[in-house]
Amino acid sequence: MQTKRMTFPGHWLPYALLAPQVIITLIFFIWPAGQALYQSLLREDAFGIKTTFVGLENFARLFRDGDYLNSLSVTAVFAVGTTLISMGLALLMATTVNRMIRSRSTYTTLLVWPYAIAPAIAGVLWWFIFNPSIGIVPYLLDMVGYRWNHRTSGNDAMMLVIFAAAWKQISYNFLFFLAGLQSIPQSLIEAAAIDGASPLKRFWTVVFPLLSPTTFFLLVVNVVYAMFDTFGIIHATTEGGPSQATNTLVYKVYADGFVGLNLGSSAAQSVILMAIVVVLTIIQFRFIERRVNY
Amino acid sequence: MVENRPWSNFFAHTILILGVALVMLPVYIAIVASTQEPGEFLRGTLPLLPGGNGIDNYTTMWQTGISRAGAPAAGTMLLNSVIMALAITIGKLFISILSAFAIVYFRFRFRVFFFWLIFITLMLPVEVRILPTYQVVADLGMLNSFAGLSIPLIASATATFLFRQFFMTVPEEMLEAARVDGAGPLKFFKDILLPLSTTNIAALFVIMFIYGWNQYLWPLLITTDADYYTIVMGIQRMTAEENPQWHLIMAAVVMAALPPVLVILFMQRLFVKGLTETEK
Amino acid sequence: MASITLEGLKKTYSGDVQAVKGVDLEVHDGEFVVLVGPSGCGKSTLLRMVAGLETITEGTLKIGDRVVNKLEPAERDIAMVFQNYALYPHMTVYNNLAYGLKNRGFNKDEIEKRVQVAAEMLEIEEFLDRKPRKLSGGQRQRVAMGRALVREPAAFLFDEPLSNLDAKLRVQMRVEIKQLQRRLKTTSLYVTHDQLEAMTLGDRLVVLNAGQIEQVGTPMQIYARPATMFVAGFIGSPAMNMVPVEYLHARGANGLLDNLPEGTDIVGIRPDDMHLAPPAGQHLIVESTLQLFEAAGAESHLYVNLADSDQPTVIRVSGQPPVAEGETLRFYVTRDALHPFNSTTGQRTGD
Repeated sequence: MQTKRMTFPGHWLPYALLAPQVIITLIFFIWPAGQALYQSLLREDAFGIKTTFVGLENFARLFRDGDYLNSLSVTAVFAVGTTLISMGLALLMATTVNRMIRSRSTYTTLLVWPYAIAPAIAGVLWWFIFNPSIGIVPYLLDMVGYRWNHRTSGNDAMMLVIFAAAWKQISYNFLFFLAGLQSIPQSLIEAAAIDGASPLKRFWTVVFPLLSPTTFFLLVVNVVYAMFDTFGIIHATTEGGPSQATNTLVYKVYADGFVGLNLGSSAAQSVILMAIVVVLTIIQFRFIERRVNY
Repeated sequence: MVENRPWSNFFAHTILILGVALVMLPVYIAIVASTQEPGEFLRGTLPLLPGGNGIDNYTTMWQTGISRAGAPAAGTMLLNSVIMALAITIGKLFISILSAFAIVYFRFRFRVFFFWLIFITLMLPVEVRILPTYQVVADLGMLNSFAGLSIPLIASATATFLFRQFFMTVPEEMLEAARVDGAGPLKFFKDILLPLSTTNIAALFVIMFIYGWNQYLWPLLITTDADYYTIVMGIQRMTAEENPQWHLIMAAVVMAALPPVLVILFMQRLFVKGLTETEK
Repeated sequence: MASITLEGLKKTYSGDVQAVKGVDLEVHDGEFVVLVGPSGCGKSTLLRMVAGLETITEGTLKIGDRVVNKLEPAERDIAMVFQNYALYPHMTVYNNLAYGLKNRGFNKDEIEKRVQVAAEMLEIEEFLDRKPRKLSGGQRQRVAMGRALVREPAAFLFDEPLSNLDAKLRVQMRVEIKQLQRRLKTTSLYVTHDQLEAMTLGDRLVVLNAGQIEQVGTPMQIYARPATMFVAGFIGSPAMNMVPVEYLHARGANGLLDNLPEGTDIVGIRPDDMHLAPPAGQHLIVESTLQLFEAAGAESHLYVNLADSDQPTVIRVSGQPPVAEGETLRFYVTRDALHPFNSTTGQRTGD
């Protein structure tokens, strides 16, 4: 790994500079992660008095557990839905804004601020809009004959959390798509125009392929976002219900650990989640390496 | 470019206005709701125009909160949020700029090992190791304290990477000239590197402040004392009750969203820089 | 002020890459010495070793009578002008100049005085309050010089300081640097890859190639009597032509080549020593075909191929001779214009 061509001589100084970061990392990251790993191999009895070593039994149980398998598929649906909706809308907005000259910065400002809203708050906002008794959207849906109720319908609840999660993420995706679009040389688009390609054709044959590094990067980031950063949305609204319909993996770790007090199982779930993060991080870094090598 | 498509501009603006409206909708509704009288919500669908009870609602929320739901005054919660967000932000900036300085400008034993140790924190978001982390904080007696709210969140691989990346782009000659000029490591850091990093620090400050402000799960776990509630988690306490008082909750929502939104609006250039560069 | 002495200086990077393979050199007090060579020849590394920016693998480096191998750059009493100037972007010009003095604990009045003197000398007084960003390339160059000047060091080190300037400014600054050095009489070591810059600036030149010294001497010594084929090709533009002795023999040398030194198998001829009209006295006659005619105003370059050989050769003549591309040209060379070399060793064989 690189340093500067010339460096300072230092015997204790670099260690002192690193110490605060390293100490915090050890205490609050490495140690708990190790604990999770360790606890995932244990089981406590019902009264929390006796702990026994059970090997990989906690993991085996998870994959036999219908609720956990359900949570896996719920997470998949949620992640795919959120990613597609927010990236799709963001791409549409970014390409349209990119055509504008005078109004570009105004539209950008109007579109970026939801990034600042906490996921939990985003959840509460959409929960309110979709509130079956006083919300606006159920009122409108009722007029076309759809009775919205996210308290009883699993589908409705899933759609609600997807909307909230996607809404919050649009501004992030928008900014990256816009930056990606602006890094495409104008001359390529001009060359395509001279070659007789219509605007729509130019987009699909020139712009979109050149945007693929950004798109791929955002895909990974959005999946990570949907999996880990949306805890607040679920917790502040559906709390995993109705009947487990929105019980994502991260929410389940919390619910089983803190509410259900099932330590071994919660720890095993943590370990699986860590494995998922590791895989996603590796994918992301592979991608960055490739982008550097262009 | 010459383009004879008179409708396309009109079309484009329509798309954008619809998009902006979609983005605005929830917040507009929150503002409308926060100005209604309590009874308005019992009558069925919410009105689409602001009502006249706004000042009352905001004052009530600011001063007393919703005691029935165990939520303290919004003023207290906002103050707690500010303290937590600033502590996280400043702590992150402080420890990451120091470690990036060590990693880039020194050669020492275990340098790569430390780099990877910091890198690993990227892979361990708080959500996936909540229970053991909670136990550590509880064992250290840091529940219901600002230290407990902030310190476990200030290790930051992202900020360290950004600073490292920025330091690598600082011309080699800058260090060489400073050394010929007689500056030691700390002097170089203070006189040259820190002033050169101001834009990056500011950009990161914006991102980290929003990150800190929006923390939810962590304060939820480690604060049981209402005096330490932050506004973002406090709102959940209010919605969790049987008959939520939406006019007050929405006033709290607006107050919770306002500070980070203002930060983005007023520091948009820094925000965009911070966001796009931390992810590279 | 001081002399700089390099004794058997070597630099080896990890992986056994030898950047500098043993250099002995004495830069006298007040002398202006230029290190010149192609990129990668080790000239910058050598300079940076003198500055203390690179460690010395082997050998001894003295500034004055002090061995400075292990000293930090700041302790060596040198000042350096960098290729990209390395001005601190967040400091005003004044503070850029003053920084090194402040770090050394000079008092305010002394700093003020020195900065004023340097600023006056370099005509940058009016920019003292500005940030480097607001300056043109030439002005930044002057500030970089100023930063070295205020320190009144034992030696100036220049690392290609003019290569970021455009051609016209470069000539102007070259003259100024020379005049300044004459006036201050500060020992100077200057690195460049530009042979013209080296010739015009240096009291002495050190031609480096592949981490070793090829030749040391005054500019005219080196031009008139290059010690190796490398130096012959590197100093002078267009480069010296190399013609095998055998070829000249075959074209009829009339005994002119009989007294060449032992071991000579190739001779160098400068482009300006190839005449289109027969000179007085004995001379060689060589025929060639004109491939390309390049008019450069006061002079012209003729790119020719020697007859019965594909060897490309350049002739420089003044004015514009009446010749056409494709024409057969005959040119004349006198005996004293020949530089004898041995092509195996690359060394000059005599004269």
